[in-house]
Amino acid sequence: MLNTLRRLGPPLLLLAPSLILVGVFVYGLIAANFSTSFRDDHTAATATGQEPAAFVWFTNYLDLLASEDFQHSLMNLVLYTVVFLAGTMVMGFLWAWMLEKPVKGEGLFRSVYLFPMAVSFVASGVVWRWLLNSNQDEQASGLNRLFQMVGLDALQNNWWNNVTFGIIAIAIPAIWQLSGYVMALFLAGFRGIPNELREAARMDGASEWKLYRHVLFPQLSPVALSALIIIGHMSLKAFDLIMSISKPANYQTKVPAVDMFVFKSSFDYANAAAVGSILLIIVALVIVPYLIRTNREEKR
Amino acid sequence: MRLNRRMTATVATAAVLGLTLAACGGGDTGGDNGGEGGGSQVEVFTWWAAGSEKAGLDALVGEFEKQHPDIEFVNGAVAGGAGSAAKDLLQTRLQAQDPPDTFQAHAGMELQDYIDAAQIEDVSDLYDEFGLTDAFPADLVDRLSSDDGAIYSIPSNIHRANVVWANPTVLEENDIDPAAEYADLDAWIADLEKLDAAGVTPLSVGTTWTQVHLLETVLLASLGAEAYNGLWDGSTDWEGAEVTAALENFETLMGFTNDDRDGLDWPEATQMVIDGGAAFNVMGDWAVAAFEEQDKALGTDFTAAPVPGTDGTFDFLADSFTLPVGAPHPDGAKAWLETVGSLEGQVAFNQAKGSIPARTDADPADFSEYQQTAIESFANDTIVSSLAHGAATPVATLNAVSDATSKFTTGASDLAGFQSELAAAAQG
Repeated sequence: MLNTLRRLGPPLLLLAPSLILVGVFVYGLIAANFSTSFRDDHTAATATGQEPAAFVWFTNYLDLLASEDFQHSLMNLVLYTVVFLAGTMVMGFLWAWMLEKPVKGEGLFRSVYLFPMAVSFVASGVVWRWLLNSNQDEQASGLNRLFQMVGLDALQNNWWNNVTFGIIAIAIPAIWQLSGYVMALFLAGFRGIPNELREAARMDGASEWKLYRHVLFPQLSPVALSALIIIGHMSLKAFDLIMSISKPANYQTKVPAVDMFVFKSSFDYANAAAVGSILLIIVALVIVPYLIRTNREEKR
Repeated sequence: MRLNRRMTATVATAAVLGLTLAACGGGDTGGDNGGEGGGSQVEVFTWWAAGSEKAGLDALVGEFEKQHPDIEFVNGAVAGGAGSAAKDLLQTRLQAQDPPDTFQAHAGMELQDYIDAAQIEDVSDLYDEFGLTDAFPADLVDRLSSDDGAIYSIPSNIHRANVVWANPTVLEENDIDPAAEYADLDAWIADLEKLDAAGVTPLSVGTTWTQVHLLETVLLASLGAEAYNGLWDGSTDWEGAEVTAALENFETLMGFTNDDRDGLDWPEATQMVIDGGAAFNVMGDWAVAAFEEQDKALGTDFTAAPVPGTDGTFDFLADSFTLPVGAPHPDGAKAWLETVGSLEGQVAFNQAKGSIPARTDADPADFSEYQQTAIESFANDTIVSSLAHGAATPVATLNAVSDATSKFTTGASDLAGFQSELAAAAQG
């Protein structure tokens, strides 16, 4: 008994502050969030206890998921995530692939591609709001004006003001900012593959495509998965970029995180909490299998 | 050696715990700056942190220090997001029962959430004490009072929402008389069509809230003051044919506006009129500051008139100050409210901010040319409450109306859908 205490005591004592802090401020607050989302707490009066708030279990969730507006937000989130993921993966891989061969000025290019990541979403959002101005023809500015100047008038469009696909326009700056990061991940992946493997494959008569298909891609797949998870969860939490390009009340660019903000400012704490929980669950669906997998691999 | 390591671990733990505790303690004392001293100070929470608003607040503080030299003014202004950052922080502080001594809020129904949550006090006895009931127009006191006669804030200034600004040069170039007074929306729409055909942007508008602002003036113009007021107390049917006609007018007007509206806030939309890029802009009378800052003269460089069809009606919104429940220095707060309501305080504040006093006994000669016309209308017109600025509905209703409007103007819903969503929003 005393021995166990002596063995486990110091590590436990050492871990205690962080365990307590994480327990209270992460898991405790998640629990509080769920409990708010299960109650009929839609006004300032119920939030402060002036009026009773009944336990309604999943009613808030069902109402939200049934509402056309929230479905629109979820659809926007899906579109944004798909385009953002595909864009960053393709651009990031292409850049890494080009830089992977010995190139003159590689360091310079690497920094150039990586730099946008250093800019905050809010700052780049302000600039991209000007670039993605939806005026066309005579009043055009930003990218639409650029299209006119190079004679590609037909490419002009109203960017994020399209009611169905507008959200994709907001993925463009996001791709611009994070492709460099994916590139860095892939570049590290490429560098981690020993040269002997390529040489061996070539000795065995593999064509360049077969070399990539059977030797390099399998080696890169853990990197690709990490990149997908990291970009994917950033995309699900998208808020700041949308807020600085568009406005919270603009219907065309609503996503769940924006809905959560609007609900909260309407004193509708239950719906805000329900949206938060839905987001948490979606992110968990992406992250948890990944964590389990990583955990298993580490044990192996 | 082994003992040594354990010792290090324990010391480290103790250090971490100590730091954590210190951090918590720091937060506690930081939140309560100078609780001692009773009524000797007042923390005034506003979002007036820059520009003419800051100038107005400074002028008001100057008057306060003259009237109450023994009370220290603590500026609790929070900058950012046109007040949204301040409102967020206020929500948190009120929930945590750490209210400021007094805070700024739009007068009217926007206060309803705080009232329901029992976070602010009835100040109607202060109206009697300071003699405000007679100093404010009866219409205004009526709009501020709840059904049982309670009043929860003291207005510091009044703005008018139903104003249309125009660029006379653009109008003349297109053979439109800048001095024309439009009797109703139809007459105005005829001229807007003319401008549209000539390739000018007839009407500039900005993001969702400015569209709601336009919607409210169109509702007021089409329905008239009485039926417009009925929208908020339930006596006008949102699903009725009258409202359909009003929304059709709104749809027509939105058809005349700039494409990039959702990315613009009001200063950029008003700037289009200043620069001659658009002919008209509907915006509250704080826009006059934008014209004046650029040395534009009323009458020659720009014109201001009530939105067609709303002549004789004053669509008001007001900033006001409250008395929160559990304010740490209620006496300081009452002194501040006295200054806010006083003639001297209102004159000093509004001269700097560009709005007009809520009191009717101010001398118009102390104010600018535009302000003089607004003071005259405020004294004589029917006063109605603004939707877009929190006077007519609680925040949740306004947010629902904004969502429905944005959905309609981006083309995701048709007129019938818009109307039923508005009806649902008004029901709460």
